Amino acid sequence: MKLRLRIWRQPDAEAAGRMVPYEIDGVSEDASFLEMLDVLNEHLIADGADPVAFDHDCREGICGACSLVIDGRPHGPQAATTTCQLHMRQFSDGDTIDIEPWRAGPFPVVKDLVVDRTAFDRIIQAGGYISAPTGTAPDAHAAPVPKADADAAFAAAACIGCGACVAACPNGSGMLFMAAKVDHLARMPQGQPERSTRVLGMVEAHDGAGFGGCTNTGECSAACPKEIGLDVIGRLNRDFRKAAAGTA
Amino acid sequence: MSTELRSRPAASGPAAGAGHAPRWRSSIGLKIIMAVSGIALVGFIVAHMAGNLHVFEGPERMNEYAEGLRTFGEPLLPRESLLWAMRLGLIAAAAAHIASSVALTRRASRARPVKYASRKAARGEAAHAAATMRWGAIVIAAFVVWHLLDLTFRAVNPVKDVPDAYGAVVATFAPERWPVTVFYLAALVALGFHLRHGIWSAVQTIAGPSAVWRRRWRAAALVTAVTVVAGFAAVPLAVSFGLVS
Repeated sequence: MKLRLRIWRQPDAEAAGRMVPYEIDGVSEDASFLEMLDVLNEHLIADGADPVAFDHDCREGICGACSLVIDGRPHGPQAATTTCQLHMRQFSDGDTIDIEPWRAGPFPVVKDLVVDRTAFDRIIQAGGYISAPTGTAPDAHAAPVPKADADAAFAAAACIGCGACVAACPNGSGMLFMAAKVDHLARMPQGQPERSTRVLGMVEAHDGAGFGGCTNTGECSAACPKEIGLDVIGRLNRDFRKAAAGTA
Repeated sequence: MSTELRSRPAASGPAAGAGHAPRWRSSIGLKIIMAVSGIALVGFIVAHMAGNLHVFEGPERMNEYAEGLRTFGEPLLPRESLLWAMRLGLIAAAAAHIASSVALTRRASRARPVKYASRKAARGEAAHAAATMRWGAIVIAAFVVWHLLDLTFRAVNPVKDVPDAYGAVVATFAPERWPVTVFYLAALVALGFHLRHGIWSAVQTIAGPSAVWRRRWRAAALVTAVTVVAGFAAVPLAVSFGLVS
């Protein structure tokens, strides 16, 4: 496959960036999108040019590191797929592909396609955890969890924190991420003691980081590689309302 | 390869110990204000639409209805008690709705300082909303100003006699004043899209329904929006085409 790429190049956080065109030939349709970029970088390095910086780690769709907006879609055109699991067979010979970083004020560009997502870490630090006593692990059946709750908690816990929801949201909101974390713990008995302070603290950290508000357009869910639904945002809203009113 | 990575710190949250902002000013707090004020406005809109249909019962019944709104509760309550309670409530709801939406819109634009070079059409569950809510709101606000000048204050209406509500409606939608009717219908389309997203969105914000109930509420919002648009559009169209004169 022969492709034309237009890639966001930005030398560092302070510098201005721009879309730079590249051409690449001989791309296997069995290559992953990141492997295609690896090949491009090998060419760039051989030519003495600066390779394109992009985030990646596990390359099996579970770590949440890869973060490319491909032709205007976070993680590219294939539904329920991270960038690393996207393969070049999704594209056609001769295509022009635009590659940009996540675009959000709280996710400043570090270099090229790499953004700083510590704003998500601050949201987690504000309540995305449970306090558990040390010592021997409790028996597995000490705190029974109804199957439906366990399934719903697991579905929310599938969030890998990649930030595609923020990248897709017209308001640059981090609600789907935050809601997945809040709902995951709110579904479990272990999450109850800190349920109120968790939601209040995380919403405050979310807003303080500069993320926008949710307008329920559903772009986040459509972009989510783990297909997390809008119902988690509804339950986040409900938990917040109860906690803020002091009734939770 | 040595590449110096310089990371610009993202906007930080409130300093430790600085206390937290009031909950109602958080993004979800403002959404709840939007949702509650929006539901109040929807209630008014549905009642207003139903009341308008008295036009089809003729001038006497329509004007009786209009007068009834003024004399409601008499002699126990002063004249126009209901009307002024409605007006004050509507002003409060509209002010809260607009103020919270302006605050949220400003936060949203700050949250995406650099736009995407490549943009694709929205594909979310409520993909139309992003394109229609904010622009539609401006059309609706402009229409409300015109509508008050036209049929409440009668500043731009040929019929200055306030008790003659029927006459004012017939005069404003007269065929030769067709731009008025077109503006009215355009604002209705904007209102319809606004309700279609706004109603279920308010439920999502306040109640947080399950996926099944979310679909049902979205359907209910669509039915309400279509009913409201049809009910409101019937009056000007009937006057313009001479069915009501």
